[in-house]
Amino acid sequence: MIQFSNRYIFIFSSVMVIAVATLLSLAATLLQPAQERNLEIEKKRNMLESINISSSRDNTEDLYDKYINESFVINSKGEPVDGVDAFTVVLKNEQKKPLEEQYLPVFRAVPDDGEKVIIIPVEGKGLWGPIYGYVSLKSDMNTIYGVNFDHKGETPGLGAEINTTPFESQFHDKKLFDDENFVSVQVIKGGAADADIHGVDAISGGTITSKGLQKMIFDCIQKYDDYLLKNRN
Amino acid sequence: MNNQEREPIFSAKNLKLLTEPLGKNNPITVQVLGICSALAVTVKLKPAIVMALSVTIVTAVSNLVIAAIRQYIPDRIRIIVQLVVIATMVILVDQFLKAYVFDVSKQLSVFVGLIITNCILMGRLEAFAMGNKPWPSFIDGIGNGAGYGIILVVVAFIRELFGSGTIYGYPVFEKLGIYRAGYENNGMIILPPMALILVGMIIWLQRSRNKNLIEKL
Repeated sequence: MIQFSNRYIFIFSSVMVIAVATLLSLAATLLQPAQERNLEIEKKRNMLESINISSSRDNTEDLYDKYINESFVINSKGEPVDGVDAFTVVLKNEQKKPLEEQYLPVFRAVPDDGEKVIIIPVEGKGLWGPIYGYVSLKSDMNTIYGVNFDHKGETPGLGAEINTTPFESQFHDKKLFDDENFVSVQVIKGGAADADIHGVDAISGGTITSKGLQKMIFDCIQKYDDYLLKNRN
Repeated sequence: MNNQEREPIFSAKNLKLLTEPLGKNNPITVQVLGICSALAVTVKLKPAIVMALSVTIVTAVSNLVIAAIRQYIPDRIRIIVQLVVIATMVILVDQFLKAYVFDVSKQLSVFVGLIITNCILMGRLEAFAMGNKPWPSFIDGIGNGAGYGIILVVVAFIRELFGSGTIYGYPVFEKLGIYRAGYENNGMIILPPMALILVGMIIWLQRSRNKNLIEKL
């Protein structure tokens, strides 16, 4: 083996680091538009799924424009906030602010059955990282019309099951309120009784993700409390 | 030098590099490397396949790069250089997956990043690419990636079938009516320890058929 001088080693490392840094930043910059577009489509697709419309990558935009026709931002008292685009609100950043200053996005949609639904984004913590999703409510502002959940890195086959149809479909027609009291939806180990209007079956092997999901729905939708009660019909 | 260059691209020696890791020199069952991710991503078949492909690409290209510059790498910082090459490749693969096969990248999530910690990569770079020419190193990378992948796919197949009753997401057991006969999905098999036991069973099976692999005491 040839012996290299310290000088050579320094030069070699510097050149290597610069070359690698250039390559990576180039790749990141060039691929960024495609990645951001993917994220946007993904977001729209998740929203559509929460009102039980499945879309493919190609028709997501069209379906989004067709069904989701209004979006606005409210504050925790249920009053509208002007000048903020609901689609671009980043929930994670909002959750760091004090409650009074948080922007709460609401989307209105009318699926094919004519039901006037609102879609509320939710975000919380799973076992390994963030979990997020959309909950859509019927016009009584109490009954869940549909949900869509997703996650950053939950364990495949365990916590990651939260974004599968069998789990999500359990939420249909569950109620958030008991009269005027907000009780949200609970995950129940071993399965919820059919008559339980606030309970769904937790995921076996995914207890922490399930609990996180329960907390996510409770924490996020509770902030809409005033708005939901005010707009009931 | 000229003599070596005229060696055919798929000479017997090179073919051996490709096929040996699939069987008697398998990185998982014989060298027992890369076990960690074999346990983590084998709950479902699809992430296992994509993971296998990603690892194969990263191993092959890192091997190629390291072999190409092996004479210029100072011995004292060779591990750092190897790591930098691997990390760069993994980040590139991750970025590409995010941009062009978004669905798959979402499924694999953190595991793509964890390819960096896969022992097979460092093992091949250190043991093979540092001392061989680029083309054989590239083949060696493909072979080892495939050897890793084949075990991943076998384990994932068994775990998905018995743990979730599906194959590549297709509900086989439901269609066959096995649930009606009283079968229930085995919750144990989707937990990581079962993957370890399955890998152990594959090792056992392989050694019982190939006695040369058994260590002499």
